[in-house]
Formats: sequence, structure tokens, C-alpha cells
Amino acid sequence: MPKLFKIEDDQVVARDDPFQTLADDEAPSAGSGAVILSFARFQREGEAWLSQGVRVGVRLEPDQPVEGLAYDLPRLALVALAFPKFRDGRAYSAASLLRERYKFAGEVRAVGDVLRDQALLMLRCGFDAFEPADGATVDDWSKALHRFRHVYQAAADRRQPAFAERAAASGIGAPA
Amino acid sequence: MYRYDAIDAALLADRATEFRGQVARRLSGELSEDHFKPLRLMNGLYLQLHAYMLRVAIPYGVLSADQLRRLAFIARRFDKGFGHFTTRTNIQFNWIKLADAPDILDSLAEVGLHAIQTSGNCIRNTTADPYAGATAEEIDDPRVWSEAIRQWSTFHPEFTYLPRKFKIAVTGAAKDRTAAKVHDIGLKLRRSRDGELGFEVMVGGGMGRTPYLGQTIREHLPARHLLSYLTAILRTYNRLGRRDNSYKARIKILVASLGAEAFGRAVEAEWAELDQASIDLPDLELARIRADFNDVAFQDLAPVSVALNAAKAADPSLARFVRNNVAAHKVAGYGIVNISLKAPGDVPGDCTADQMDAIADLADAYGAGEIRVTHAQNLVLPHVKLDDVAALHAGLKEIGLATANIDLASDIIACPGLDFCALANARAIPIAQAIAARFADPATAESVGELKIKISGCINACGHHHVGHIGILGVDKKGEEYYQLTLGGSGAEDASLGDVLGPALSADRVAPSVDQLVDVYLRERSPGERFLDTYRRVGLNPFKAAVYAEAV
Repeated sequence: MPKLFKIEDDQVVARDDPFQTLADDEAPSAGSGAVILSFARFQREGEAWLSQGVRVGVRLEPDQPVEGLAYDLPRLALVALAFPKFRDGRAYSAASLLRERYKFAGEVRAVGDVLRDQALLMLRCGFDAFEPADGATVDDWSKALHRFRHVYQAAADRRQPAFAERAAASGIGAPA
Repeated sequence: MYRYDAIDAALLADRATEFRGQVARRLSGELSEDHFKPLRLMNGLYLQLHAYMLRVAIPYGVLSADQLRRLAFIARRFDKGFGHFTTRTNIQFNWIKLADAPDILDSLAEVGLHAIQTSGNCIRNTTADPYAGATAEEIDDPRVWSEAIRQWSTFHPEFTYLPRKFKIAVTGAAKDRTAAKVHDIGLKLRRSRDGELGFEVMVGGGMGRTPYLGQTIREHLPARHLLSYLTAILRTYNRLGRRDNSYKARIKILVASLGAEAFGRAVEAEWAELDQASIDLPDLELARIRADFNDVAFQDLAPVSVALNAAKAADPSLARFVRNNVAAHKVAGYGIVNISLKAPGDVPGDCTADQMDAIADLADAYGAGEIRVTHAQNLVLPHVKLDDVAALHAGLKEIGLATANIDLASDIIACPGLDFCALANARAIPIAQAIAARFADPATAESVGELKIKISGCINACGHHHVGHIGILGVDKKGEEYYQLTLGGSGAEDASLGDVLGPALSADRVAPSVDQLVDVYLRERSPGERFLDTYRRVGLNPFKAAVYAEAV
């Protein structure tokens, strides 16, 4: 089972993965209460899984737009966004859209070529679960997430950007 | 100029620490070169033919005298005593050791310099008008907006792994000194009929193997919405840009394939859905940035300098320098002084550590301590009293930098080419030197007038050959260096892409052919016409006939 790091109360913690990721032709293990399906399999079988009370997550590849899940998001426990190569940055936009536009409150998990050097970018775009592919420890991951004391721009993590910090410090025009 | 506050400084220091760790992981073997490569590239570190090359960002081309001194120190301590100013208004050091890179970045960070996002598939350093804050032509100061873009784009979490690199230019004047139309995004400041400040937004320009001019997707974007609109453009590109072929991954290919209108509609739809208020800078922050740029205490001076006029009458070389290198300033009694890094025989854009130190001293003495870097690989002292121009000229002469050839035939843009670059097919520097030698006599160059010659050593077009009045592209023909000439390109407000003159020429024929092209121009030109104007009027044929006469 791949390693799973989650963000809980602003801390990085290692967790056992309650979800079983199913290949398109793979049968679930007995008693599996939580599964991650491909988008295609979800379209075919999602209704059936959900009606059995199973927690369902969907894995999107970078060329599968999040808009395709828009109506199902409230019923999903998790969206896994794939990084086939870490240089493929489409999932950052997908995660941002899930959080900012669709207000998705479930887990957004980074899967694939997931490296500590991108951990902060992922967190800022709204990822809150990671399957690290580089052997990073919880400590490595935590360091990567806390390396920068400030950020310049607003993002899905709602962290206060530099311009808001400055406004707050100056005491005028503080953000609403 | 903009002064880093504690937040800006902390961000630089944190980045330097992160990179030190990444280099340590590479040196210990923990990181493979494959994984390290994009990390080092994101920090401007390239593995070139002979050594590592470090590209240091000069944000929107603005340097303080102290920053320039630090670059001189780096050149002396960690390189071979010189640096190379690029067409991106950055500086490159060509002889860097990987193990030294973290110390160099720490040293740069002390003076607010860095190598962040000078490479990689991210948003690169913004190009701004080198005359910003000095020219009377400008509608607003592009540095304010460039600094806003610098902050917004630095470590942008969503736009750090784009399909390909991304370059933005901001011009505040009608005369475009930024080559805005060959940037991924070109922003031109304007006022609407009711006086509101805004930007004309052009997208999809670029050079490389498939050159395009940018197309306008919005005539007037209210200036305060700049960052949210850029977010919409970048998100659209990040999601839809091609990733299967790096040669087709730039935004220009996406814009061309969708059509500018459809691309613009996609951007507008995305923009309408964005939480603009959370992204756009509040007025207070814009005012804070703007205040930093209003820091030059101009004196009340007579518009004409008697001292300068007397000195010019006594020294024809000074008179020539003023004619070619000094531009009008918005404040009476001041001038904008261009320093050419194109002395015939030298490498375009190269500057020695001693020259950097001397320029820094001259900037402190005569130029409010500020230096600009231009995309033509020259430097500018933007605020010089006309009364001081003679003394400045004398100081520049002492360090071999008084060449009076701005925008003339010997003011050639050239990439490092096969002498340094791992991608090049052919050398660019010796070609530039051979051409410049033919125009070394300043009277000859001046009689020919404005002529922008641009040389790239390969199709990646770092030397901007597509937009040269005469463009020269190095190609490899069965292992030999050949050169393809194009005519009629322009990167300015009258932007156009050059037309291919004919079959590629061998290296020894390039400079003589440029002579022949100039002869045709001198024969055909009407009064007041530049080379480019004559070419546009008479067309390719007379030029082609001259260069290929022997072959016919």
C-alpha cells in the first residue's frame, strides 16, 4: 500500500489509506467500504456504489476536466488528481477549481509523481492528502510545507498574502 | 526604485535556503539529475557546454548601483570576471560551479537579487520599458505594474509547472521598447475615453521556430484588475496548452489553434468566475509600490544646458554621443543616457566586473544611483542632468563604453550562440563582430541610420532574429554553420516578422551580404526613411538581387 500523508489540524500525519484504488477491471476486496474509481468507471458504476453506502472517490487524469464531476462532487468523499509526471501542472488548476469554484470540502489527494519539492504548491492549491513518490518522511514533508514564512498571492489555502499582511501591519485598509 | 521590505527579504532568504538543500541532495546523490534538473532550472541554473550557467534576474530591468556592484563581485569571485546581459534583461554568468551556486544566491539575496524563475516552465522576469519613469511619452509608470506582476507570479502555486515558459512585457509609452508583441502577454498602458487607466492585452506573441505576433484579446482592461485577468489567462493556458510536444507548448500555439477570439472568450468566461477581489492588489498596496518608484528628487533646471552645448562644440565625439545615445527626459534639464555594450570587436551584452563597478560609480555620481538593462543588451542611466553628460561621457570613455551607436548597425543583438550554448547550431558572436567591424567608423554607421540587426544561433531565437530589420539565424547544414537572412522584421510598435531573403549563406558571406543590403538601402531610400521603411516600400526583390547576383 502506498504511503499516505494527510493534513490534519495544519499538521502532516501518516495515515493508513482507508480507500482501495480499483483498476477498471478489478473487483473490490470483501467489505471494502471506500473505493477510488477512474472517471470512466465512476460514470458507469458510480450510482451503484453510492447507493450501497460505499464512500466513493474519483481519480482524474490531467486531461479530464473537473467540470465533468461538477454535479457529483457533493456525493464524493475524495477526488484524486494524477501527476503522471511532476512537470505536468494541470492538476494544480484542477485542485484550485475544486476548492475555489466548486467549494469541494472532501479530500483532494495528489497521486502519481508526487515530490516534496512540489508539496507547498500542492497544499496552496487545495490538496490535503498526498501519496509521496520520493521516499519523503513526515518530517521532510512538514519542512517543505513550512519553508516559506510568507506568500505573495491569494490561493485556495486562504493563507494571507503579503499585501494583506502589509495592510494589516499598517493598520489601514485591513482586509474584511 | 522599489525597496524590498522585510517580507520580500524573508521570501528571498527562504528560497535561498530551499535551494541550498536541493543542491546538497543532488551533490550527495539523493536526487537524480533527472529530478534535479527542473529544480535547478527553476532557479536559473543551466548545464551548458563548458560549465554551469547561472542566470540572475534583474526584475523588469531595474538595478541599483549597489546591486550592480554585487554582480561585479560575483563575476570576479565566482566567474571569469565578466557577465553577459541578455535579451530578457537578465545577466548570465557562464562559468559557475554547482557547489558555489548556494553561496552566490545568498550573496545576491543580501542586495535583493535572485535567480528565481529565470528558467523553467514558469512565469519569467517581466520586461518593462527601460525609459520608465523618465520618458515624457508614458501614460503611466510600467514599473509599478511590473512589480505587481513580480510579486503575484513569484512562486505562484498554480502556475509554476506550465506547459512551457511564459514571458510578459509592460509598456507605458506608444514607442514600444519592450518588444511587447512578441511576448506571451504584451500589456500596453492606455487611458479610456473617460480617462480610466487600463491595459490593452495582447496574447500569443512569440518567436522560436513558429513566430507569431500577439493579438489583442481586450482593448481596455481596467488597470486595477490586472492580476485577476492574468490569472484567467494563465489558468486557461495551464489547462489547455499542449504538453505532448515542447515545440508546440507555448501559448502562441494555443491561441493560433483556437483563434484569438475564442481564446479571449475562454479567458473572459474564466475571469468572470474568479474571486477577483482576493487576487487584485488593493489600492493601498499599489500606492505603496508606486511611492517607492517616485524617489528621484529632480531639480529645477533650465531646459537647455549651456555647459553641454559648449562641450559638444568642442568635442565632436561628445556631440555624436549625445545625438545617438541621449534621449529626451520628462524633466527639463535632464536626459536619458544609453550605455552601449556593443563596442565593435566586443561581445554584445558582455560587461566586465571592472566596467560594472565603474558604471555603478558613474550612476551614483550622475544618475541617481539607478541603472536599467534593455532588451537590446545595453544599459541606461535614466536620470542624468544634461550639465553632467560631458563628465559622464568622459567617464564612460575611460572604460571603453562610450560607443555612440544606439539602434545603429553595430548595435547588434546576439545570443551567446555555439560559443557557449548547448542548443546552438552556429556561432552568433563572431558574426556580430564581423558585421560591427564594417560599421566601426561612427560616421558610416550614423549615415546609415537606424538599423536593427539581430542574430540567433539557433531556431529558439534568443537573439530575436525574427524581428530584426535584418535578422540572421544560424542553421546547421551537414555539420557546417550556415546563416539564414530575413528582412523587414520589427519588435517595436510597428511589429512584424521578417521575410526570408533566400538560401542560407556560409559564415564568410554574412557580413559582406549585410554590406550589400545596406548599399541597396542607401541607393533606394527616400529622404527620412529608415532601412525598415525602405524595405517595406520597395519589397524583397532589389535586396535579393544584390545578395544572390552571383548565383543567378
